[in-house]
Amino acid sequence: MTVAASTETPAFRIEMLWRDERYRSGFIQAITMMILMLAVAWLVNNAVENLAALGKTFDFGFLWQPANYDINQRLIDYTSRSTNARAALVGILNTLLIAVMGCVTATVIGILAGVARLSKNWLVAKLMTLYVETFRNIPVLIWILLTAAIVNTALPAPATYRGLETGPVVVTNRGIYIPTPNFGDGSLVLLIIFALSVAAILMVRAWANRRQEATGEQTPMLWIGLGLLVVPSLIGYILLGAPITLTYPELKGFNFQGGIQLRDSLIALWVALSLYTGAFIAEIVRAGILSVSHGQSEAAYALGLRPNRAMNLVILPQALRVIVPPLISQFLNLTKNSSLAIAVGYMDATGTLGGITLNQTGREMECILLLMGFYLIVSLLISAVMNLYNERVRLVER
Amino acid sequence: MKLTKLAIAAGVTGVCVAGAAHAATLDDVKARGQLRCGINTGIPGFAFTDQQGNWQGFDVALCKAVGAAIFGEPKVEYVSLTGKTRFTALASGEVDMLSRNTTWTYSRDTDLKLDFAGVNYYDGQGFIVPKALGVTSAMELDGATVCIQTGTTTELNLADFFRANDMSYEPVPIETETEAKEKFLANACDVYTTDASGLAATRSSYPNPKDYVILPEIISKEPLGPAVRHGDNDWGDIVRWTLNALIVAEEKGVTAENVKDMASAPGDDPEVNRLLGTEGEYGSMMGLDKDWAVNAIAATGNYGEIFDAYLGPDTDIGLERGLNALYTDGGILYSPPFR
Amino acid sequence: MSDLHAETVPYVARTRFEPQPPPVASSGVLGWMTQNLFSSISNTIVTVLAIALILYMLPGMLEWAVFHSVWNASSIKECRDIITASFGEGATGACWAVIHERFGQFIYGYYPVSLRWRPDVAFLLLVVAMVPVLFRTMRPLAYAMGGLLAIKLLIALYDVMTGAKVEVLTGPTTVLAVIAGILALVVGGEKQRPYWIWFTLIYPVIAYFLLWGGLVLQPVDSSKFGGFLLTAVIGVTGIAGSLPLGILLALGRRSMLPIVRTVCVIFIEFIRGVPLITLLFVASTLLNYFLPPGTNFNIVLRVLIMVTLFASAYMAEVIRGGLAALPKGQYEAADALGLGYWQSMRLIILPQALKISIPGIVNTFIGLFKDTTLVSIIALQDPLGLMKPILANSTWNGIVWELYIFIAFMFFVCCFAMSRYSMFLEQRLRAADRR
Repeated sequence: MTVAASTETPAFRIEMLWRDERYRSGFIQAITMMILMLAVAWLVNNAVENLAALGKTFDFGFLWQPANYDINQRLIDYTSRSTNARAALVGILNTLLIAVMGCVTATVIGILAGVARLSKNWLVAKLMTLYVETFRNIPVLIWILLTAAIVNTALPAPATYRGLETGPVVVTNRGIYIPTPNFGDGSLVLLIIFALSVAAILMVRAWANRRQEATGEQTPMLWIGLGLLVVPSLIGYILLGAPITLTYPELKGFNFQGGIQLRDSLIALWVALSLYTGAFIAEIVRAGILSVSHGQSEAAYALGLRPNRAMNLVILPQALRVIVPPLISQFLNLTKNSSLAIAVGYMDATGTLGGITLNQTGREMECILLLMGFYLIVSLLISAVMNLYNERVRLVER
Repeated sequence: MKLTKLAIAAGVTGVCVAGAAHAATLDDVKARGQLRCGINTGIPGFAFTDQQGNWQGFDVALCKAVGAAIFGEPKVEYVSLTGKTRFTALASGEVDMLSRNTTWTYSRDTDLKLDFAGVNYYDGQGFIVPKALGVTSAMELDGATVCIQTGTTTELNLADFFRANDMSYEPVPIETETEAKEKFLANACDVYTTDASGLAATRSSYPNPKDYVILPEIISKEPLGPAVRHGDNDWGDIVRWTLNALIVAEEKGVTAENVKDMASAPGDDPEVNRLLGTEGEYGSMMGLDKDWAVNAIAATGNYGEIFDAYLGPDTDIGLERGLNALYTDGGILYSPPFR
Repeated sequence: MSDLHAETVPYVARTRFEPQPPPVASSGVLGWMTQNLFSSISNTIVTVLAIALILYMLPGMLEWAVFHSVWNASSIKECRDIITASFGEGATGACWAVIHERFGQFIYGYYPVSLRWRPDVAFLLLVVAMVPVLFRTMRPLAYAMGGLLAIKLLIALYDVMTGAKVEVLTGPTTVLAVIAGILALVVGGEKQRPYWIWFTLIYPVIAYFLLWGGLVLQPVDSSKFGGFLLTAVIGVTGIAGSLPLGILLALGRRSMLPIVRTVCVIFIEFIRGVPLITLLFVASTLLNYFLPPGTNFNIVLRVLIMVTLFASAYMAEVIRGGLAALPKGQYEAADALGLGYWQSMRLIILPQALKISIPGIVNTFIGLFKDTTLVSIIALQDPLGLMKPILANSTWNGIVWELYIFIAFMFFVCCFAMSRYSMFLEQRLRAADRR
C-alpha cells in the first residue's frame, strides 16, 4: 500500500501477497516460518542468558557420573555406584514393565466389564455400571494413592508369617512373592519340547481350518490343543527327572528371600492403573458391541451359527474396528499415567531420571528434556501401531 | 502456537517483572510489600497450617522474623515448595529466601549457587524401628526394607551408610511424609529414616509412640538452614543476622514479652543495646530500620521461644535442645557478636 | 370315545373373560427377579456371588463411615477417644471432624476469609455464563438459582434452630441469585440467548477481577488460591483458553499449507505424547529459563499456561474430529457460494463442527478437571496438596482415609454430573440429526 510501482501492466504489488491466491499461501507460510524461527531464537537466547546468569551449563556429562542412590526394583544390574544413565535406564525399563502389565490387565478387565455391563443379569449390570462410573469420575492419582494405602494396610506384614509354614506364593504388604524357577540339566530339552508342541498346535490348527473350509466339518481344537500342549511336556518332565525346580520364598531376616517379588508399589500402581483404564476400556468395548447393528447378529443366527461363533465370526470383527483405535489411545494414556508412580515410590523413568537424578544433580533442563523425549518416542511408536492397524481394517469407501 | 502463546503470556505478565538474580532483593521485597518465603509442603513442627489456614512452625517462624525485620510486622507470603522445585524457585526469584529443612552441603553452596545464611537447626539422619523388631543398632539392619523420603540428601546418606558397612537393604522411596508414615505403621517397611528431628516429629503422631524406638546411630551431619540466592550479599546479610539476632536474643534473655521494654531505653549490656537499636546505627548498615531486631523478636520470640513453641518438650513433637542448645548450655548454637 | 364325546356339551363362551394378572413367575417383584437375576443357572450363580460380595463389603464400610464416625472433634486424639468411649476398645471409625474443621480450606485454600464472597460470586456468575452455551434457553439457570436459594434457606433454618447467626442469606450471592433467577425467567427465551452469550464472552474479565482483585477490589495473590477453587480456576481457564487455541490448531492441522500443517502436527503430537506431569515439571522448574532474564511470574500462572497448552492439543483433536465428521458437501457448498476460507469457516463449517464436538469438549473438560490433581506433585495447594500441611499439624496427623474419600467424593460428584450432561447432549444431538 505504500510503495508499489503502478505501471500499465498488472505488475506485482505488495498487497497481492495476501490478496492474490497465487502468492497468498507462500506468503502466509513464510510469515509463519519467520515468526516460528524468531520465537525459537528468542526462547533459546533467553535460556542461554539465564543459564549463564546462574552460572549453569547445558551438558549431559552428569549422565556418566555415579548416581549414588539405590533403586529397589531393577530389571538390569544396578548399584549405587552405577551411572545416572544406568539409573535412567532402570527407570525406563520399569516404566515399560508397568505399561505392558497394565495394558494387558486393563484390556482383560475392560472387556469383562464391558460385556458384563450388557449382561441380562440386572445386578451384575448395575455393579459394573457402579464400577465404571466410580473409576471414571475420580482422578487416577487419588486411585493410585488409595490403592497403595489399601495394599499397605490390608495385607499382612511379613513378620506375621514368622514361624508359620508358607506355601509357594506369599502375599505380604511388601509385595507378592512367587517361586523362582531353577533350570537344571535337561531343562533346555524340555523347553525345546514345549516349543515343538506349540508349533504342532499351530500346524494342526491350520490343517483344521483347511479341513473345515473343504468339508465343513469342525475339529475340537480346544482339546487337541490342550493335549498337545500338556502331554509331551509332562512326559518329558518326568523322563528327564524333573529338571526345572521351584525355589519357594522363605522368611529370612527382615524379608522373604528366594522368590520373585512383585513389590507393593508395583502392585498398587498396576491395580490402580488397570482398574482405572479398564473402566474406560469397558465403555469402549460396550460402545463397540452396541455399534454392530442388530441385523448382523440376527443374520448370523439365521445362518445357523451358534452364539459364540456368531460373536467370534460376525460381531467381534466388526466391533473391533470401532474398539481398537480408542483402545490404543487408552494404552497411550495408561503409559503416560504410569508417570504418577512417584506418588507411591515406584521407581519409573519419572522417579529416577526426572526425580532423584534431577534433584541430586540440579540439571533440570537436561533431565526433563530426556524424560520428555522418552515418553514422546513411546507415544509415537504406539501411534504408529495404531495407524498401521487403522490402515489395515479401514472400510474401503468411495 | 505454543510460542506465540508464550510470547503473549510474557507480554501480559510483563507487569510482574520482579527481582532477578542480580537485582537488589531488599528493594524488590520492599516494593512488593511482602517477603516471599519458600517453605516445606508440610512437615510436623516445621511447617503446617492451623485451623484458620495460617502457616505455622519452626521454619515458618524464621520467615516471619525476617519479614518483621524488614517491614516491622511479619508481612510474608508463603510459597510451599517440594524438594524438586525449591532450588529453581529460589534461583528464578520466585521466592526471596528458602526456609525449608535444607541441608547445607558443599555442592549446593557452590554448584547450585545457593548461599546459606547460617544454621537454624543442627540435625542428623537417624533411624526409627518398631520395638517388636528387637533391633538396637543400625548395624543390625542388614536386609531390611527402609522407607525414605525422596528429594533430599537422605537417600544418598543411606546408600553410603549401607555400602560402607557392607550391608544390603531395600530402599522404598516415598514422595511425601504422609505415605511414608502409612507404610511404616503398616509394617510395609522395617525402618523409617529421615532427619532425627523428623523422626521425633513423626513418632509423636503414631497411635502408640511408645512401641517405636529411635536407633542411637546418627549417620550424617544435617545442618539445616535458610538459604538465599548467590550474588546478593546484602540480602544474605539480612537473613543471616536476623537468625543471629534470634540466637543472641536467647543468650541475652530478650524475649517477645520484654523486648519492647528493653528497647525503650538503653540497658547495661552494650551488645543488647546494639541489637535493639538503642545504641549506634546498626540497622541502617543493612538498609533496615533501627528497631529491626526488636520487630523480629517481637514477632516470633527468640530462638529458644520458637524452639519451645513448635519442637520443644511441651509440644507433641517433644524434642530436646541437644546440639541446638546455646553454646553456654552445652550446645553448639553460637552467634557472632553484634559489634 | 364317541360316547364320551356325545355326552359333552359343546362349549361356547358367551361372556368375555375378565383379564387375568400374569402368572406370579413372570410379573411383579418375583417375575422381575426371575427375568433379571435368576434366568439361568450361571446367572443365578453370578447373582449369588454378587450379593455375597455386597454383603461382605458393605456392612464394614457402613459401620466405619457412618455408624462409628465422629463429626465434631478438635483433634484426631479426641476422635479416637470418642470412638473408644462409645463403641468400646479397638473400635475404628471415620473421623470426619477434620473435614468439618477444614472445609473452608478445602474449598477456598488460603483465600482471605473476609473475601471469600468473591470466589462465590465468580462461581455463581460462571453458572450464569455457562448456561447459554450449554442449553437452549435460560430456564435451567432459573432452576439452578431456585435450588441454590432453597439450599441457602435450609441452611439458614438450621442456623436459626441451632442459634447461630443467619449469615448464609446476607451474602452478595443471595442477591445475585435472585436477580439472575428472575432475569432468566423473564428474558431467558431462545431469542434473547445472544445477549446472554455476550455476558459469557465478558465473563473471563469479570472473573479475573473478582478472583485476583484490582480496580476497587483488594488484590489477592494467586499463591493464596487453593483447594477446589484452584481446581476450578485451572480447569475452567484451561478449557476456556484452549478452545480458541484448539480451533486454530485443528484448522491448522487440516490446512493446505504444508508448513503451517507441520507446525500444528508437531505441536499437537508433542503435547499429546508427553505426560502432563512432565509439562508441570516444565512449568515449575524450566519455564522461567525460557523467559527474558528478570521475568518472574507466579507458579499458578505458569501452571495455567502449561495446562492451557496441554488442553489445547487435546481440544484440537476433538475439534478436528468434528471437522472431519462434517459431510464433504458442506465444504463444497461453502466454496460454491464463493466464500473465502475464513468466511466459510466462520459461517458454515465451525458452527456445525463445534456443535458436533460439544460432547467431546465436555469429556476433555472432565479429563482436565481430574488431571488438575497432578499439580499437588509440584506443591500447589489443590485439595490433595492441602492434605500435607493439614496432616503436618499434630492435631490431625494420622488421618488418611477420610481426606482421600472426601476429595474423591467431591470429584466424583462434579465429574459424574458433567458426564451425565455430556450424555444428555449426545442424545439431543442424535435427536436433532434424526429430525
